[in-house]
Amino acid sequence: MRPEPTKTTSIHASQWLAKLQGTGPVIGLVVLCIVGTLLNSNFATLDNITNVLTRTAFIGIIAVGMCFVIVSGGIDLSVGSMAALIAGSVILCMNALGPKIGSPVATVALGMVLALVLGAAFGLAHGLLITKGRIEPFIVTLGTLGIFRAYLTYFSNGGAITLDNDLSDVYSPVYYGNLVGVPIPVWVFLVVALLGGVILNRTTFGRYVQAIGSNEQVARYAAVDVDRVKVLTYVLLGVCVGIATLLYVPRLGSASPTTGILWELEAIAAVIVGGTALKGGAGTITGTVVGAVLLSVISNILNLTSIISVYLNAAVQGIVIIAVAFMQRSRR
Amino acid sequence: MSAAPHIEFRGITKSFGPVQVLHGVDFALPTGQVLGLLGENGAGKSTLMKILAGFEGASGGSLLINGQPQAFSSSRDAGQQGIVLIHQEFSLAEDLTIAQNLFLGHEKKRGWGGLLLDDVTMHTEAQAVVAQVGLTADVNTRVKDLIVAEKQLVEIARALLRKARVLIMDEPTATLTPIETERLFGLMRQLKSEGVTLVYISHKLDEVERVTDQVVVMRDGRCVAQQSTVSLSRRQMANLMVGRELADLYPPKSTSPADTASGMAPVLRVKDLCVPGWAQDISFEVRPGEILGFAGLVGAGRTELFEGLMGLRPCSAGTVEMQGQRQTIRNPRDAVRLGLTYLSEDRKGKGLHVNFGLQENLTLMALERYASPWLQPALEHQALVQAAEEFGIRTGNLRGKASSLSGGNQQKVALAKVLHPAPKVVVLDEPTRGVDVGAKRDIYLLIQKLASQGLAVVIISSELMELIGLCHRVAVMRAGRLQTVLTSQQLTEEELIAHATGTH
Repeated sequence: MRPEPTKTTSIHASQWLAKLQGTGPVIGLVVLCIVGTLLNSNFATLDNITNVLTRTAFIGIIAVGMCFVIVSGGIDLSVGSMAALIAGSVILCMNALGPKIGSPVATVALGMVLALVLGAAFGLAHGLLITKGRIEPFIVTLGTLGIFRAYLTYFSNGGAITLDNDLSDVYSPVYYGNLVGVPIPVWVFLVVALLGGVILNRTTFGRYVQAIGSNEQVARYAAVDVDRVKVLTYVLLGVCVGIATLLYVPRLGSASPTTGILWELEAIAAVIVGGTALKGGAGTITGTVVGAVLLSVISNILNLTSIISVYLNAAVQGIVIIAVAFMQRSRR
Repeated sequence: MSAAPHIEFRGITKSFGPVQVLHGVDFALPTGQVLGLLGENGAGKSTLMKILAGFEGASGGSLLINGQPQAFSSSRDAGQQGIVLIHQEFSLAEDLTIAQNLFLGHEKKRGWGGLLLDDVTMHTEAQAVVAQVGLTADVNTRVKDLIVAEKQLVEIARALLRKARVLIMDEPTATLTPIETERLFGLMRQLKSEGVTLVYISHKLDEVERVTDQVVVMRDGRCVAQQSTVSLSRRQMANLMVGRELADLYPPKSTSPADTASGMAPVLRVKDLCVPGWAQDISFEVRPGEILGFAGLVGAGRTELFEGLMGLRPCSAGTVEMQGQRQTIRNPRDAVRLGLTYLSEDRKGKGLHVNFGLQENLTLMALERYASPWLQPALEHQALVQAAEEFGIRTGNLRGKASSLSGGNQQKVALAKVLHPAPKVVVLDEPTRGVDVGAKRDIYLLIQKLASQGLAVVIISSELMELIGLCHRVAVMRAGRLQTVLTSQQLTEEELIAHATGTH
């Protein structure tokens, strides 16, 4: 073939540009960390960093699941309510079963399994309504957002559901404990993210998820079982919400109608900030993890400084997600 | 009507970033005549016409309208000079009616300082112009309820309503049946007699030969020839486009397996298949090594029949046998498992992930092969390198996206993709749609080679020459029913058209 020098330079340029876009969230995070360090000397301390990462774990784990759903072209608005309902149900069950089983450890283990099962079941319900019921994911999960939250409020009579003390004592290390100096939730987050990355990039399922998000019709014509893959993304997200919740329960040992409020905003924002296109098709777990950490760091800086009221945290996140979506506009 | 403006290109250049697609184009449109604009995909035809119609700005050179240099800043600007481009993909609002589409952006107003729409006037004017282009549909019909040919007429009617004096049509017959094409040509003759300049971009050389007065051939962003159509043979046009001697477009046929090997059993046998609303009681069979064509008008139910067979739409009755075994195909997965794959006619919408890389596209239908249990990108890449070689996929960058390839090369990737699961029967729906002559020949050779290796090939095509040149037998469908199956000796254009239109 004839060499075409102009073409090759354009290829290099586009690859370079793609790389730049990929590193955008990382650069943002680094800049934020520098700003944080300059504003408050406590920011760069080991304690604070551990604290930030631990708080990131819940949202980060959910965001990994959310990444699959968004890459496949779907969305789930219910994750905050789902987490709250799972937390409440699990605590109620553990409190009820505790005396019967006798062993607090077994009870807690059962509770943890129940959290996963409930998450998977809720995700399955979403997936079936969306694929077999042919309802927009936006509508299905908007509906369940209300349903989940209402049932938690109903179970808790508008107050808090609190875990019994003996169970709480057994359970608390799951949140407060650490392994070689790193808190348990951070370890779990790390494992979930690694697994997520491998599943998205190195399995047929992950490839199908991307294919469906990129163009569902093409995927269908290429013999991909679109419905099954879509249902699985919601189940996967449900399981992630279950994992996040089983880490969250020992933190306060209770669930109330305000548990998990706006988690959907944070999880979706983390995915979008991480560079995943909201219309689906392309996205990375690394980006999602960075996005989740970035949002936590923002909230942490608001806590440590008094430039912007910490009450405006969600506003800042809202602005960030809109700004990133605005920048994504011109891509592709 | 006013006379069509005289239009001349002088040294037009155009670059997209560092890529130069037009390298100084010089020629003038023959005023009041039909100009055929020829060139392989990527030759710069569409870009040049977009510059003329105000969709793009030129990077250099000048566009002279009646001797005056002009630079349109929008298609609206060009429209005011009477220059209108009709795209390959229509720009109609599907949910609006014909009348609403015709006046979209140019609505007639009345009352209270023009606050209200003057529906009565628009309706009357719409009816007049719709009648002029020979469209019989009511102007209150929603555009989404029209067939492709009718939508095209709406586009032309809209251009006429804007008083188009220069009408550019980009592959207008790509999705039309022979009859609809005839009707379009009639309309073009009528417009020409009214003094309109027409630019006709097409890959179909027989049509170019019939309908145009002059031909401009573009290659690599330059105008390489401008001649009167009668002075050029089709062969010469094709040679000018590719810039080298093009051997006969269709490779010589092998003898039909249906004729020779009476012992060779059909690999696929379909009996009385019904796809509700589209196809009724269709029976046919295809043998290993055989190329079976499906002819028919658009809407005859060919695509829908095979979508039904693949489990992409519901079938109400019928039996399917693969290699003598009765099978139920509920979805495309079942079909692939049985060794039956389908390439859609809609490449961008159903055939290829244009935002995906080439190897992800190639391996999608046979992905399990690369999972052990983790996907092996290195193996996938190896498969791509091999497929690029085998299918003649030409690209500077195998790691680029499918969207960066030309139409012909995209089609080769799509072909490689449906053949990747190593099917026994492959159904190719319009395998050379929107593909340049060079790539067309590559694809024909490839189909023949695959058939000679024992693959059974079904080709659905609206290009009769293609079916005649390639197929051992051709089944003709009309209005959801199988009319006849013609053997190689019976294959002529007249015969096919007669059966397809029911005038036999």
